[in-house]
Amino acid sequence: MILGKVVGTVVTTISHPHFDHQRLLVVQPLVAEGDKSDGDFIAVDHSHAGIGDTVLVNREGNGARQVLNLPDGCIISVIIGIVDMVYIAE
Amino acid sequence: MLFGRVHGTAVCTVKIPGIEGIKLLIVQPLNKQLEPIGSLQVAADVVQAGIGDLCVMVRSREAALAMPEITFVPVDLALVGIVDELDVHPHGDFDYILKPGHTHFT
Repeated sequence: MILGKVVGTVVTTISHPHFDHQRLLVVQPLVAEGDKSDGDFIAVDHSHAGIGDTVLVNREGNGARQVLNLPDGCIISVIIGIVDMVYIAE
Repeated sequence: MLFGRVHGTAVCTVKIPGIEGIKLLIVQPLNKQLEPIGSLQVAADVVQAGIGDLCVMVRSREAALAMPEITFVPVDLALVGIVDELDVHPHGDFDYILKPGHTHFT
């Protein structure tokens, strides 16, 4: 799982049936100070997140299938939580 | 899952059993600003996308699961949606750095 920031929304009218009634959001992963920024990706929203929210994202297909209750779902990234606070030791 | 732009089509007459009838498209993976990442790749299409379309793609095992009938096939990139509308904030709008100490987001 990773932490990321929701930076955008995607609308697709024609999509695979597994994506029906799912919200797609663009997520930019958070990085530690001084690290190179990671590539952005698209995730299915399961936590009613919106643009600007810091979110917890599962980037693994089996977890996504379990969360979305789709045993053969073709979805990898799912937003599974909205982060309130993070503490990193100094 | 990532964005991709369809640049062309690929035709294979000899294909491994299981992916006969699946359309192959040449796609350019893109980032959120729709700038190219890496080189052109081949994706299996299940949403009947055409050249020039901006699409949502899925990688790895889940690409094979997107196939319509047989899902145990050697496919590692699939087009699963055609993008109609995209609203992405510019890169400087949010802070992506995790600083030491407590950070409250809400």
